[in-house]
Amino acid sequence: MLKVENINVYYGAIHAVKNVSFEVAQGEIVTLIGANGAGKSTILKTVSGLLRSKGGRISFLNEEISSSEAYKLTQKGLSHVPEGRRIFQQLTVEENLEMGGYIRNNRENSRTIEDVYDRFPRIKERRRQIAGTLSGGEQQMLSLGRSLMSAPRLVMMDEPSMGLAPVLVEQIFSIIKELNEAGTTILLVEQNARMALSIAHRGYVLETGKITLEANAQALLNNNEVKRAYLGG
Amino acid sequence: MTLVYLMINGLQIGSIYALVALGYSMVYGIVKLINFAHGDIIMVGAYSTWYLMSRFSAPAWLAVTATIVMCSVLGVLIEKIAYKPLRKSDRLSLLVTAIGISLLLQNVAQLLFSANPRMFTNIFTGSVSIGERQFSNATTVTIAVSIVIMLLLTLLVKHTRMGKAMRAVSEDYETAQLMGINVNNTISFTFALGSGLAAVGAVFYCCSYSQIQPTMGSMLGLKAFVAAVLGGIGSMPGAMIGGLCIGIAESLTKGYISSQLTDAVVFGILIVVLLIKPSGMFGRRMNEKV
Repeated sequence: MLKVENINVYYGAIHAVKNVSFEVAQGEIVTLIGANGAGKSTILKTVSGLLRSKGGRISFLNEEISSSEAYKLTQKGLSHVPEGRRIFQQLTVEENLEMGGYIRNNRENSRTIEDVYDRFPRIKERRRQIAGTLSGGEQQMLSLGRSLMSAPRLVMMDEPSMGLAPVLVEQIFSIIKELNEAGTTILLVEQNARMALSIAHRGYVLETGKITLEANAQALLNNNEVKRAYLGG
Repeated sequence: MTLVYLMINGLQIGSIYALVALGYSMVYGIVKLINFAHGDIIMVGAYSTWYLMSRFSAPAWLAVTATIVMCSVLGVLIEKIAYKPLRKSDRLSLLVTAIGISLLLQNVAQLLFSANPRMFTNIFTGSVSIGERQFSNATTVTIAVSIVIMLLLTLLVKHTRMGKAMRAVSEDYETAQLMGINVNNTISFTFALGSGLAAVGAVFYCCSYSQIQPTMGSMLGLKAFVAAVLGGIGSMPGAMIGGLCIGIAESLTKGYISSQLTDAVVFGILIVVLLIKPSGMFGRRMNEKV
């Protein structure tokens, strides 16, 4: 579904992503794990067109998207839940969801909004509230809900567990799993490697801009290197 | 009665400031640029209406409509040609560019129409009397139409798809792109809207103060900018209320103190706002992004 080949991303003179290649197949949950600063978010931003790779190739649903503008990718079925949730603080909860469905018409949106409310009842209670007043967990749910509004084929999630209490992290991850079981392909970027690997099918380990390991999730959970570096012994 | 009279006159010039201030504020909200060329759009609007009416004897409605369209297009072109290439550079380059565009427009106007003032014929002739005072139709039409425009604009920004996209882009343009919003179109739309409002302001201004000249946009634009700052730059209700407040302050100064002090009072207000509450009446506190 998504194929990334040899991308290189620079911030000025800093070579942040080095020759990275990976693939996500239809129906999978694939996770990129790695420490802070390993280049995980940079990779997602490059896939979604916010940053550009020097050379290499990114294709989505067999179509090259390496030079597509970010806003056009939503239409192709790619959705990106950015790091730090990035909900529109000044807009109401419902307006945030409407923005998520910007590319679709009102009828489709009102149906999808109901689906999102079914999945996140907390959000429904707060539909008329200004989104900036939501708690961290609610904001994450809104951000996830917003990303579903465009009826995406692939959702890329950047650190959905960041800054959340363990109970909420569990909840978010079980929702991600449900979404996947309902047919959405997921690319999950996480620092919380144990949680990510527990729901993923496959994983890639990223270290200072390079992919150093690739295996199925179970194998990574049992890998001594991974255990030592990311799973706390 | 004097007070009522001064208030109404204040509302009249205040509505014009408000229309222009909205352009400053909307553009600032979306591209974080104080568009110093905005005032000169007023001047372009004034010349365009005058030219169409005096040279082609176009009917007023046609001249005004054509002017609004022309100013909107000009606003969009300025953004595309001068500001868009600098979107990723620092704010100062943008600001200097805006000042450059302002000078360019003034000088082109001087080249085309000379520096001599031209007389603009009032479109809204006649007057109404309220109590023993006479109010020109230009005054009443200006206030009424401006209020209607501001209400429509508020509805547009609050409820339409484009309005919501404008708010989303002004808050976080990167995330807005991830939603599938075409940021370039949204920015163009904002410039078109702001410049169109300036054109309307220009027509109203010229109906009450009939002289037009190439530099007329500077002072009017500057005062509207003060209004935008008073209201809180980036805030639309702020621009509207700020505009009306500046207009009333001016009018009261003229009536009770001295008409020579009006500019001093307006810029005095700017200084006080910047000292006491730089974010203005409705402005958000600026949080540095980390």
